[in-house]
Amino acid sequence: MIHIKRLQEDGADVIALIGEIDASSSIELDLAIAKSVGEGFNKILIDCSSLEYISSAGLGVFMSYIEEFKDKNIKMVLFGMNEKVANTFEILGLYELLTIGKDKVQAKKLINEL
Amino acid sequence: MNYKYNVGCSIENLKGVRDFIRGALKEHDVAELQISEMVLALDEMCSNLMIHAHQCNPDDLFELHIKVDKGSPVVFEIIDDGNAFDINQFSEPALGNLVHEKRKGGLGIRLVKSIMDKIEYQHSSGKNICRLTKKVQFK
Repeated sequence: MIHIKRLQEDGADVIALIGEIDASSSIELDLAIAKSVGEGFNKILIDCSSLEYISSAGLGVFMSYIEEFKDKNIKMVLFGMNEKVANTFEILGLYELLTIGKDKVQAKKLINEL
Repeated sequence: MNYKYNVGCSIENLKGVRDFIRGALKEHDVAELQISEMVLALDEMCSNLMIHAHQCNPDDLFELHIKVDKGSPVVFEIIDDGNAFDINQFSEPALGNLVHEKRKGGLGIRLVKSIMDKIEYQHSSGKNICRLTKKVQFK
């Protein structure tokens, strides 16, 4: 079960993921990001501080947006992952493909540098 | 010690699968990060099976067995009568290609292969057994 909250800060859309993302709930993440893009945001921050778990279904959603974001000049930064979630990204080498910050302050800094 | 769980092929059941595995491994003081890795690997295997071999039919059942004893590798068995899909025969696409093709799949198999030490398939009396083994640290 995933609960997703969106709020806007300093012109960025902050998408907070609360709970677990697996094959049954990854569609929610996809819809939230699509909505953000549809509303015209070009800075998207993904708050993972309450994300307890993510499987490949959720990781695949982030991966599937990489090219589109490059084309549309949309920046995305993830932040606040716990050790286990961070480990999942690390196993797949996703740190090289996605921008991941420690906390919101660092993520906001990173997104302005992208 | 042996644990057994029967699962219907609905992806809504994945949470139950994860809780079952976490619970069993916790009883034996397996290191936390390794528990979370194995939970992830089995989630990937079970969701693949539910989606690709059983089209998410909740009436189709499979069995998940866990064998965990201090000092020995943890052994998981997924026992199923659907079509076996041997992930050892599947060469996962490069990450760059996944990005380029905007594919949402292919990552799960990469995770399972990275996490588990051994993945074996066996077919006997109409059942497919997928056995996944991992050496772990006990606290």
